[in-house]
Amino acid sequence: MHELSIAVSMVERIIEEAESRGGLLVEAVHLKLGVLSGVDKDALAFSYEIACEGTFLVGSKLVIDVVPLLIYCETCALESSPASIQEIACPHCHTPSRKIIHGRELEVAALEVAA
Amino acid sequence: MSSEPRLIAPRLIEVRAKVLKQNDLLARELRERFRRSGVYVVSLVSSPGSGKTAFLEKLLSGLSATYRVAALVGDLATENDAARLRRATPQVRQITTGTICHLDAQMVERALDDWELDDLDFLFIENVGNLVCPSSYDLGEELRLVLLSTTEGEDKPLKYPTIFNGGDVAVITKMDLATAAEFDLQAARQNIQSVRPGMMVFEVSSKTGEGMEEFLSFMHSQLETSRLAASQQ
Repeated sequence: MHELSIAVSMVERIIEEAESRGGLLVEAVHLKLGVLSGVDKDALAFSYEIACEGTFLVGSKLVIDVVPLLIYCETCALESSPASIQEIACPHCHTPSRKIIHGRELEVAALEVAA
Repeated sequence: MSSEPRLIAPRLIEVRAKVLKQNDLLARELRERFRRSGVYVVSLVSSPGSGKTAFLEKLLSGLSATYRVAALVGDLATENDAARLRRATPQVRQITTGTICHLDAQMVERALDDWELDDLDFLFIENVGNLVCPSSYDLGEELRLVLLSTTEGEDKPLKYPTIFNGGDVAVITKMDLATAAEFDLQAARQNIQSVRPGMMVFEVSSKTGEGMEEFLSFMHSQLETSRLAASQQ
């Protein structure tokens, strides 16, 4: 399980971002997590709480937005989402595609602060 | 006493911060450093016991006749792999990760330490045996090999699509055991293409040497191509 390492990096990044914006009081963190990021959602949520201990992020909420796979099919000239990451092909014409547009995200999208 | 309902709308501040930014930046620096030095860097990932070290041992001895080769090998606890590989080339360093299940760019950078990269043609980085965790970390390599042994079964790519999708080339190892293990080669190839369309696949046996010639000439052409590209920049 590498989610704890990921969570520690994430907390470091959030602290950096919050401090560079004049010390935000972060209540929730919105994370974009692609289905091909190699990171497990539940394990990350669990690890996040541990990684927050001893920082001002303790008690903050983690909102994980799972990003589905989006590929570009050259045959159909269309963007589309394959049903599974086990078959990275166009759902219309079944041509395999190497052009992955979304699905690899591992990104803190937004921080939620009290108004 | 009446009170107005307090409407505290939370404020969303967009940050769009990549979680592994630091690793990505360091990996990019490493990649540039490798390119400037003219060393071609190949990493290897697979599950434990799929024959990474045996394959690497063959690779190092096959290449060391013509090229200057070195290897970094990741392992949780032991130095055994490095000791094995030193039979093929003296330039081997072990990265003992302790409890960490993957290598990251910083571990690679530290392990390189005082190595003179200009004096190398190939550098191999053997990741910790694991088909999940290494996938998130860029190490600055030029080529990532994903190994799959015939004894593991042909459905491994479907079980671990992320690591295969993040790799450049698949190597099916232990081909000498394929028949005994009733390994369905065609299904394996199909499964690889399904999770990583267009992926190049090699079939090798470190024991009998089957497929090693093809792989060595592939390494040779990769090095040539990358040096040509570098000289044209």
